[in-house]
Amino acid sequence: MATDWTEKSSPHFLHLDKPLLLGLIILCCMGLFVLYSAGGQDLDLVGRQLLRMLLGFGIMLILAQIRPQYLIHWIPWIYITGIFFLIAVLLVGEIVNGSQRWLNLGLFRFQPSEMMKLTVPLMVTWYLADKPLPPNYWRLTLALMITLIPVILIAKQPDLGTALLIAASGAFVIFFSGISWRLIFTAAFLLTALAPVLWFMLHDYQRERIYTLLNPEKAPLSTGYHIIQSKIAIGSGGFYGKGWLKGTQSNLEFLPERTTDFVFAVYSEEFGLLGILILLSIYLFILTRGLYIAMQAQDTFSRLLAGSLTLSFFVYIFVNIGMVAGLLPVVGLPLPLISYGGTSLITLMASFGLLMSIYTHRRLLSN
Amino acid sequence: MSSYFVLKNVVQETNVFNLRIILAWIAMLLGLILIVLRLINLQVIEHERYTTLSESNHLKIRPLPPTRGLIYDRNGVLLAENRVSYSLSIIPEQVDNIDELIGRLKELILIEDTDINHFKRLLQQRRGFDSIPLRLRLTEDEVARLSVESHRLPHVEITSNLSRYYPLGPTAVHAIGYVGRINEQELAVIDQHNYMGSHYIGKVGVEKFYEKELHGKVGFQQVETNVQGRLLRVLERTPPIPGKNLYLNIDVTLQRFVENLIKDERASIVAIEPDSGGVLALASMPYYDPNLFVNGIDAQKYRELRDSPDRPLFNRAIRGQYPPGSTVKAFVGLAGLEYGVRAEHSSTWCRGWYSLKGQSHRYRDWKKSGHGAMNLHHAIEQSCDVYFYALANDLGIDRLHAFMSRFGFGKKTGIDVSGELPGLMPSRDWKRRARNKLWYSGETLIAGIGQGFTLSTPLQLAVATATLSKRGQFRQPRVVFAVDETHLDELSTVTPTKQVNVTLKDEHYWDIAIAGMEAVVHSRRGTAQKVGLRSPYHFAGKTGTAQVVGIKQDEHYNAKKLPKKFHDHAWFIAFAPIDNPKIAVSVIVENGGGGSKTAAPLAKKVMDFYLLPNSPLRIANKE
Repeated sequence: MATDWTEKSSPHFLHLDKPLLLGLIILCCMGLFVLYSAGGQDLDLVGRQLLRMLLGFGIMLILAQIRPQYLIHWIPWIYITGIFFLIAVLLVGEIVNGSQRWLNLGLFRFQPSEMMKLTVPLMVTWYLADKPLPPNYWRLTLALMITLIPVILIAKQPDLGTALLIAASGAFVIFFSGISWRLIFTAAFLLTALAPVLWFMLHDYQRERIYTLLNPEKAPLSTGYHIIQSKIAIGSGGFYGKGWLKGTQSNLEFLPERTTDFVFAVYSEEFGLLGILILLSIYLFILTRGLYIAMQAQDTFSRLLAGSLTLSFFVYIFVNIGMVAGLLPVVGLPLPLISYGGTSLITLMASFGLLMSIYTHRRLLSN
Repeated sequence: MSSYFVLKNVVQETNVFNLRIILAWIAMLLGLILIVLRLINLQVIEHERYTTLSESNHLKIRPLPPTRGLIYDRNGVLLAENRVSYSLSIIPEQVDNIDELIGRLKELILIEDTDINHFKRLLQQRRGFDSIPLRLRLTEDEVARLSVESHRLPHVEITSNLSRYYPLGPTAVHAIGYVGRINEQELAVIDQHNYMGSHYIGKVGVEKFYEKELHGKVGFQQVETNVQGRLLRVLERTPPIPGKNLYLNIDVTLQRFVENLIKDERASIVAIEPDSGGVLALASMPYYDPNLFVNGIDAQKYRELRDSPDRPLFNRAIRGQYPPGSTVKAFVGLAGLEYGVRAEHSSTWCRGWYSLKGQSHRYRDWKKSGHGAMNLHHAIEQSCDVYFYALANDLGIDRLHAFMSRFGFGKKTGIDVSGELPGLMPSRDWKRRARNKLWYSGETLIAGIGQGFTLSTPLQLAVATATLSKRGQFRQPRVVFAVDETHLDELSTVTPTKQVNVTLKDEHYWDIAIAGMEAVVHSRRGTAQKVGLRSPYHFAGKTGTAQVVGIKQDEHYNAKKLPKKFHDHAWFIAFAPIDNPKIAVSVIVENGGGGSKTAAPLAKKVMDFYLLPNSPLRIANKE
């Protein structure tokens, strides 16, 4: 059987999944166009983002070449290193905007929490896929521990948004591992019951954001400003949008964070509902392809990982758009592959690299 | 067995997994649909509302304040102009800690507490993104210091704007008035829309009366701004309509001459052109520099002005209400003729005092020995009190009141200077209303010689004199001669609104009254005959003395024994020339003593200066 896992047997050029690649390239191109408008027609900014994208595609390409089975051996070490970094951040991290998220490694700064977005689902998958599924209570408890240790460390920075996303990515693996619905509902019930307790553990600014979500007009110039302005941008875009480079909200600097977290508002203003339907279709296409890869995966590790990564990707999209459209509280989260910035882009491209690797390294039984 | 279970597990595991993948896909689809629904709500259903919001977001209306009209004298001498000055403004919306910022600014430039208070008041009234002035009229030195530090002072603006300036300082201040910062009471009254961007409003004088014309109409520009409020471009512009220029009847050379005449007195002189009602000079001394008030006078200086015993802020010409004294005699005489109570030549015997029937109280004549037989002409000429006691008694207060009111006594003249007071012409009615007391006939007697309750302003007497000089032709006094409508030197002259002439049953009555006043200055026995001596033109005048303190029955007025502030006020009214009156003057010198000695020579000098172009006075003044 082992002989079937040969490079020659793969029909995929450089282990790239063409539909996924196509979707990603379209998204990235759209992102560059939107950034050109949102950034005040700054070609330098677009150029910098293009470089990051190329770097992202490079990382994706490298990861696509690595057999998942080969990757498995590295996972615990990556995870332990990540936890170490997270502790280091709390001790010696740089404080930006009141949160201690960055670690300065001399050559470059990076956010260990970002790295955990991939590491946590990898680690949980690695742990659960080792034994037959569904996991027993002992193993389930340990899987939860693996998830919660980094989540708590990140929540302490404080970066509640990222912490919740990472918790979700771990939970997705557990969900796909086939635990009983009874357990799932019990967990959901417990979380709901615990919500008031969590509320009092929140920082004031975090509670403020939730209040603001409920009634942004109450504080039009302080906390509600982001939401009001972004709603105005989206709403004034209408069905067809104001046209590329013609968004007044964004070009006149009314919209805060318009190249990063709120880039979706710029897109909505300029391209309208029609443009949004197109964008969401592309996202849906990528998501469907991701889930298809998960279903096609042949071993437990691959399918759990593919399912979890795809679902996490969806959550990033949903949380960002939900926040910009005023459905969810403001959490600092970029729109996947569109927002300006490198960190999230590279993490995402890495996860797509993993997906491609999973798909293109399948044992081809037809032989 | 074990391999079977493993295999079964694998199949079951795959089935469970695939089911959950499908569930996940459905969940994603629902999530995306939720987003789409939300966006349909924003972009389709509420699209219009957000479009409006979006437009108002970046389009702002900014006021363009109009330039205030200039004020010139009748010969085109500039009296009020607008000078560029630099002011310091703050856009409060963008400043986190205003007190701290003010504190920092205080280290650089002088900021008074009044500036801060004013700023804080505006802060509450105006919108946050409007820039609010903190200090006006920065000196060049201060502008330089602020410019150097500007990088440390974000959201602080130094703007150049036009500030009112009165190049002649105090000259004619009581006529022109001044502008100052808009206060709360004014804010409640004005059209706030029209005053957006305006810093000043007329406070007193012509500046206040003609506020509407001088201010002009605010203009607007619709501008596109970014979130910092920085202007990106102007989309639409409605230019402001500048205020209209005013040309005054006042002749600055005469005004200055007049002011100079009484510069050491507490006094007022009003000169009117009888033909038009134009105010040639309106002086109230002492005066003050209006420039002090433009940007808010500091408390110390204001206290000095307010508390000075000479009351420089007091506009004696239009607000000073003094008993007119004997100056009313010609008018009271006319009332006697008009009502048929006296004939031209009917005479009254003056024995130095007058008593009402059945009363022992003696109403004294100024001349203790009495004037003897007096007809109206001589009674005016010599200012015989007894003649007018008797006349007033025969007329009764009601007829006296009615007749005097026709000359404007007790009523505002309607001059175009704000703040005028009406004086007082008493009547039975008035006393009942104001004092809830009955009228005594003794009070009629003293009203007949302009004492008692009767009060007049210098302006009122000048107007009454002008009316008399024109034989009843009343002209509402006007400081402003013309309003420059178009800035193309097409002047529209100001026409007085209220013009009720005084008509008498017999035109000859005028001759009698005027001849009596002519005799005052040109007859040997006239009370002011000295000023009429060798006059190159004929004029008419009347002296008057307003008592400051009552003199008891057995006392005598003795100026030497009384402190200056209890001395009588000296009055003189005059017009000239008699046959074609060109100027009517009223003069009052507070505590100046007798009208003939103090006030009459001043009036004569004013008329000389005005009527005689080559008079030594004029030549001396030029030098």
